[in-house]
Amino acid sequence: MSIELIIGILNIVLISTTPLVFAGIGELVTEKSGVLNLGLEGLMLVGAVTGFITLVLTGNYFYSLFLSIISGVILSGIFAFLVLNLMTNQIATGLALTIFGIGLSAMLGKKFAGTPIDGLNPYYFIVISFLLVFSVGYFLSKTKSGLIVRAVGENHNSAYALGYNVIKTRYLTIIFGGVMSSLAGYYISICYAPMWQEGMTAGRGWIALALVVFATWKPWRLLVGAYIFGGVAIMQMNLQAVGVKLPGQFFNMMPYLATIIVLVFISSNKLRLKLSAPSSLNIPFEKNQ
Amino acid sequence: MLRKILTFLTFLAVISVSAVHADQKKIGFIYIGPPGDHGWTYMHDQGRIYMENALGDSISTTYIENVPENADAVRAIRKLAASGHDLIFTTSFNYMDQTLEVAKEFPDVKFEHATGFKRMDNVSTYSARFYEGRTIIGHIAGKMTKTNTIGYIVSFPIPEVIRGINAFYLAASKVNPDVKIKIIWNYSWYDPGKEADAANTLINQGADIIVQHTDSYAPCQAAEKAGVLAFGQASNQEAFCPNSHMTSIEDIWGPYYAAKAQAVVDGTWSSEDTWHGFKDGMVEMSPYNTKLLPLDLILEAKNMESAIENGTLHSFEGPIYNQAGKLVVKEGEVADDGMLASMMFYVQGIDGEVPQ
Repeated sequence: MSIELIIGILNIVLISTTPLVFAGIGELVTEKSGVLNLGLEGLMLVGAVTGFITLVLTGNYFYSLFLSIISGVILSGIFAFLVLNLMTNQIATGLALTIFGIGLSAMLGKKFAGTPIDGLNPYYFIVISFLLVFSVGYFLSKTKSGLIVRAVGENHNSAYALGYNVIKTRYLTIIFGGVMSSLAGYYISICYAPMWQEGMTAGRGWIALALVVFATWKPWRLLVGAYIFGGVAIMQMNLQAVGVKLPGQFFNMMPYLATIIVLVFISSNKLRLKLSAPSSLNIPFEKNQ
Repeated sequence: MLRKILTFLTFLAVISVSAVHADQKKIGFIYIGPPGDHGWTYMHDQGRIYMENALGDSISTTYIENVPENADAVRAIRKLAASGHDLIFTTSFNYMDQTLEVAKEFPDVKFEHATGFKRMDNVSTYSARFYEGRTIIGHIAGKMTKTNTIGYIVSFPIPEVIRGINAFYLAASKVNPDVKIKIIWNYSWYDPGKEADAANTLINQGADIIVQHTDSYAPCQAAEKAGVLAFGQASNQEAFCPNSHMTSIEDIWGPYYAAKAQAVVDGTWSSEDTWHGFKDGMVEMSPYNTKLLPLDLILEAKNMESAIENGTLHSFEGPIYNQAGKLVVKEGEVADDGMLASMMFYVQGIDGEVPQ
């Protein structure tokens, strides 16, 4: 293998893995505070379409990025209101958010599907994604606010008794997760495959969700995991192209398979603690307990 | 009491609606992707719109998009059949068994299954001879490649796709015996990100022409960005990659759809197998890119089109050998439709194996 070929492969791996890193790191923070948001796919699609439409209409990358982020704030804000204030079931609400996002993005983007645009250089986002993972890692383990997020996720009643505002903390982490998902979507429709087409995220939201479990809620493991998922996908393409026969379907299901294996391991309680799953994940918080 | 009144009103409404549209035929479509994919589903939707315009008020149409090729398809098809549709087009190969399953339950509803080969009294099949277009682009690719390496992105190992690869390779190797094709199976029809990854991988491995048998225009876009050449798929994709798009193979379904819908309106519909190509206008080439292709090559391509149309040229002319070196089509003969419809082998010269 020549150096150019290897650099080329690394390049493709970087470009294709970045959306997983964005969506995954956002969801990781949300889950660390004890909320499971299954709406990533929907958030990504709405973020993708909002950014795309704004870019087509204004031709301005900054506006399109800004509105894409706003779409994430609004949608995840609605999700937060439902699960935190109205205490709806997180799983059902998250699924509803995904279905809503798929439909909404398709409706908004109908007139814009197939409009050619000039894509943005993906390297800005790739660099930001690395910085983000390290900042989140630092935030969660070394700062007071990060510890509060974790305390809220581990035991919201104790955190509340200590005087921390559980609801506010969770609002912030959910919105952070939402913004990261819309950034992932923005990256897909503006940098990765510069276009808008319905359902173009093609299940990456679900892979990002699986990734958080696979990474056992550790930011640096998330980064490694994302690059394992992305790297394997690109390597199998390279092997196929040189004529090696591979079971392609197997590689398509690999992220999910790996996640199920991790889930099997952490289903025992001791390991679950060791592997740092937030204990209050998916449990609603009631103030007057 | 209120409920009774409402029920009565609803009843009245239903009666009046069905009275107005008593002889209007309902025609349904099942789509594998979104109509906005600017590829496969887009062209079926264009066909639907053509049919609506052609037949006017005598029909009304509905479609269900993004229907996966699994048990969900049965539900989607049944939903259309149960809601009074007279004719249902299922527009992807792997809806085959699902279409038959529902067709058995609804003998009065007519079904049209695209690219399949199983028929019943109320199930027709139809397809286009896309491979004729692949012969043209193979010829162009063989002449245009400088690295002698062509990248080919494909979806699923089904006869239609493999036939396309073979037709392409036979034409390319005829004008350029040194040509090699690198094939990546994506195992999805539609995932723009993955299609772009595959295109970039192939370009990275030295391909200077990208061919696709998937549904988004991401591969063409990736080629444009990397400065290599590409062919579009299903619809004219020139707008997305003006500096690399040489031509596209276009699927033209409209006239066929209109004819079949008219047959249902007239009560003359019968189960049949339709497989049309250039000759009947079901396959067309997008305008050849005059900025990229030399004029004599464009003329050659156009001559090939008319030769295929009038039958003097066939995409699968013998002698053709399979990878094991066995003669599958004798000299002076052409592959028959039976062989084409079930083609699951690569011809000699293509590297790698057909995935099982």
